[in-house]
Amino acid sequence: MKFAVLVFPGSNCDIDAVKAVEDVLGQPVDTVWHTTADLSDYDCILVPGGFSYGDYLRSGALARFSPVMEAVKREAEKGKFVIGICNGFQILTESGLLPGALRHNDHLQFRCEISPLIVENADTAFTSDYKKGDVINIPIAHGEGSYYADEETIAKLNANNQVVFRYFECDPNGSIERIAGICNEAGNVLGMMPHPERAVHEWLGSADGKALFTSILKSWEGRQRA
Amino acid sequence: MRNEPTPQQIAEEKIYRTFGLNDEEYTKIVSLMGRQPNYVETGIYSVMWSEHCSYKSSRPVLKKFPTQAPHVLQGPGENAGIIDIGDNLAVSFKIESHNHPSAIEPYQGAATGVGGIIRDVFTMGARPIALLNSLRFGEIEGPDNAHNRYLFNNVVAGIAGYGNCIGIPTVGGEVVFDDRYKYNPLVNAMCVGLLTHDEIATGTASGVGNPVLAVGARTGRDGIHGATFASTEDPHSKERSAVQVGDPFMEKLLLEACLELIASGAVVGIQDMGAAGLTSSSAEMASRAGSGLELDMLKVPRREEGMTPYELMLSESQERMLVVMEMGKEHIAEEIFQKWNLEATVIGRVTDDGMLRLKEGDEVVAEMIVTTLVDDAPVYHRPSARPSYLDQTLEFDPASITAPADLNATLHTLLRTPTIASKEYVYQQYDSMVRTSTAVRPGSDAAVVTIRGTRKALAMCTDGNGRYVYLNPRRGGQHAIAEAARNVVCSGGKPLAVTDCLNYSSPEKPEIFYQFEESCAGMSEACVVLATPVISGNVSLYNQSNDLDIYPTPIIGMVGLVEDVDHITTQTFKSAGNHVLLVGPSDTAGISGSEYLRVVHGLTAGDAPALDLHVEKAVQTAVLTAIQSGYVRAAHDLAEGGLAVAVAESAIGGKLGAQLELNTNQRLDEVLFGEAGSRILVEVAPEALAAVEAIFAKEGVSSTVLGTLGGDALEIRVNGETVISEKVAELESTWRGAIPCLMN
Repeated sequence: MKFAVLVFPGSNCDIDAVKAVEDVLGQPVDTVWHTTADLSDYDCILVPGGFSYGDYLRSGALARFSPVMEAVKREAEKGKFVIGICNGFQILTESGLLPGALRHNDHLQFRCEISPLIVENADTAFTSDYKKGDVINIPIAHGEGSYYADEETIAKLNANNQVVFRYFECDPNGSIERIAGICNEAGNVLGMMPHPERAVHEWLGSADGKALFTSILKSWEGRQRA
Repeated sequence: MRNEPTPQQIAEEKIYRTFGLNDEEYTKIVSLMGRQPNYVETGIYSVMWSEHCSYKSSRPVLKKFPTQAPHVLQGPGENAGIIDIGDNLAVSFKIESHNHPSAIEPYQGAATGVGGIIRDVFTMGARPIALLNSLRFGEIEGPDNAHNRYLFNNVVAGIAGYGNCIGIPTVGGEVVFDDRYKYNPLVNAMCVGLLTHDEIATGTASGVGNPVLAVGARTGRDGIHGATFASTEDPHSKERSAVQVGDPFMEKLLLEACLELIASGAVVGIQDMGAAGLTSSSAEMASRAGSGLELDMLKVPRREEGMTPYELMLSESQERMLVVMEMGKEHIAEEIFQKWNLEATVIGRVTDDGMLRLKEGDEVVAEMIVTTLVDDAPVYHRPSARPSYLDQTLEFDPASITAPADLNATLHTLLRTPTIASKEYVYQQYDSMVRTSTAVRPGSDAAVVTIRGTRKALAMCTDGNGRYVYLNPRRGGQHAIAEAARNVVCSGGKPLAVTDCLNYSSPEKPEIFYQFEESCAGMSEACVVLATPVISGNVSLYNQSNDLDIYPTPIIGMVGLVEDVDHITTQTFKSAGNHVLLVGPSDTAGISGSEYLRVVHGLTAGDAPALDLHVEKAVQTAVLTAIQSGYVRAAHDLAEGGLAVAVAESAIGGKLGAQLELNTNQRLDEVLFGEAGSRILVEVAPEALAAVEAIFAKEGVSSTVLGTLGGDALEIRVNGETVISEKVAELESTWRGAIPCLMN
């Protein structure tokens, strides 16, 4: 299974995503510069965290115009797996690949800590190695992570089981219904503010993020057999 | 014709004085040049000869630091020092102050401090892997201290804003609150970088004809005379225009482009345009190589039209570097920088005539001998006099105060003190985990960052106690080094080297110069005994306003090597049933100089706490040996608040109680809150106790089993009587809640 990790000017969790794929899955992974227009060689596209273009305007607002985002849209429509983490999530909402938006944290400070999440949907391609209701510890590190969508969208997300993770017994940013991660209707695009790639070794403080990577590999292997 | 004063006007109207040059210095410049300097030249001499760039007051003292050791690859004098850690790997690090700008514009002052220190480290060819800081503010409690809270909040936000965006984890630091810093907050930032031996780059401009490039951001009119500004007495009397604005996104691009450029092998020398911008970078690079430079001001990329050579040379616009490339390889720089959407522009050439020559096209606008800018800067042997306040502070008699009756309440009071209380409010604003190499995050004795592809890791911390230095400059200097090294040992590292940030008031006051001289002597003594040479550093003087001098505050950045990731140790208690041992002198040597005395009794008095450097060395060797042997489950240095606070912090972190018993003929407050040095708390499993005690005995270090871990309460009995008995959860609530409560 071949992974692409996108690199925008200002991305800074690209290396962490590469290390996580290498350490957890041992699968091939390339960093892909934002000017690349073709991603058809890849089975999974990771949009990493960081501060693309400095995020001076609005997180992800400029990165969505990068040539590579057209390629991401094309591959997502084909059903390829796409994961946006932190700034990657913000870029996916700005690009319209996922609904809603990420606003400034309600307390207006950057927040970095290991947050407990509850797995709301373990039937996605990204979460099959978790069980529904699992509480997992995953780091967060963001200033604009407060998930917002209008009532209608939230109702739809809930009805379609598109809410994948919620913050559990904590509220680090004021997200609506403590939403921490969502997927698209088709279930092949995931966006989340917490960083699973930072939780792949016990010495990092948690290894609870590994199952997200193993789930993707299994889903891909399932598709290959089908 | 520019509206600039003529050389005659500068001399006759003594305009040079407004640049910070005194009459004697101006006369020396005239004699060195053999003529009167013009406006640009006067500006250039004034910044090169400012305290900030020339270290004219501190140089005679700094020369005395021990800087040599077999593992030192680069000592002081470059952008940052470098040490060898084996396997062809090296570590570059440095600490620097941004006190004056932060007093005026705390967010940008702190942010650009972080930006500057990162550039100093990647200039050496190192990939920055960690940031630390050390901060001092006035008290933040109560309605009168809103400005101190504003400074605190914005400095922290500025550090966070820059470090988080550029993607280098902020892994450690310290924050102390004392009204001595209310007009002059201290903002010291440290960066640690990793490189291989063959990747080392330096700031030298050699090779006649080689092109000189300005790379990164364009030059604007911001920060003109920042270095001079940092060398004056009162930052508040100066203008905001001397403070620069940071762009961490630009710096992220610059960082990646420069490391790519250095890896190309075509770089001869590279240096940050930091304080004094193009002036100091060009003069210092030429000075190191013994060469000259000829620069065309018309070619310097600029943000605004109509900028004069004076403005271009003195601007402190951020995120710029000066690079000397091998002749004919300019295109390599241009291609790499284009990829990162940055500019790389040839602005001049290396010459062999030893001159710094500035032109506008064909017209020479300034011409100075490089050595006169760098080596001939004045050196002042400032008079030194023992401060008279020491007679009063040393008179302190502990018998004059009574130990509190309710020691539980006293422990809560100390845990609530902002200097001791949890700094989570601060460090949760820093991304401490990006790069996924942080094994010990902020909140333990020293942070630990792993090195991918090896079993090694680096332990690092910042430390300093201005009150100790104030009360006993020499011993206070020793404490700063000793405690920093002790923290590294507690995390499982062998202390290797020091970077120092020396923050003092005006060196022109003999009593302040005494503090400076004596504390540096104390630091040197400790560096020698602990085998930790000084490899880089920075001096910040004139930290005084409204007749209030800061405490003399040398801040130490220490880096140590953890040989194997299995040795990584934290301060939190781990398992019920394990023993708690106190390693080091059992005599706390009283409450003099302690945080307890300050907070509970309102006194900064007595001598600095006791410290014997040879005992310190033995304790550190013993504990590190025990850690490396796999016997130590937790280790925590005893610092502010003494034994009781250290035990409480370890208990809170582990959410685990402890039952301890002490036998002593000392006063209760001395036993619980005294701050003598060389003491470490360790947790050891019962089956390892004999082996650990054997190690301590072999090193000639005393140790006492204080008790065992278990339950949900901290209980301390002294001579059979219970003096502390409190639920750990209650202690945690006080300790964790203190700063948020004051800030919200």
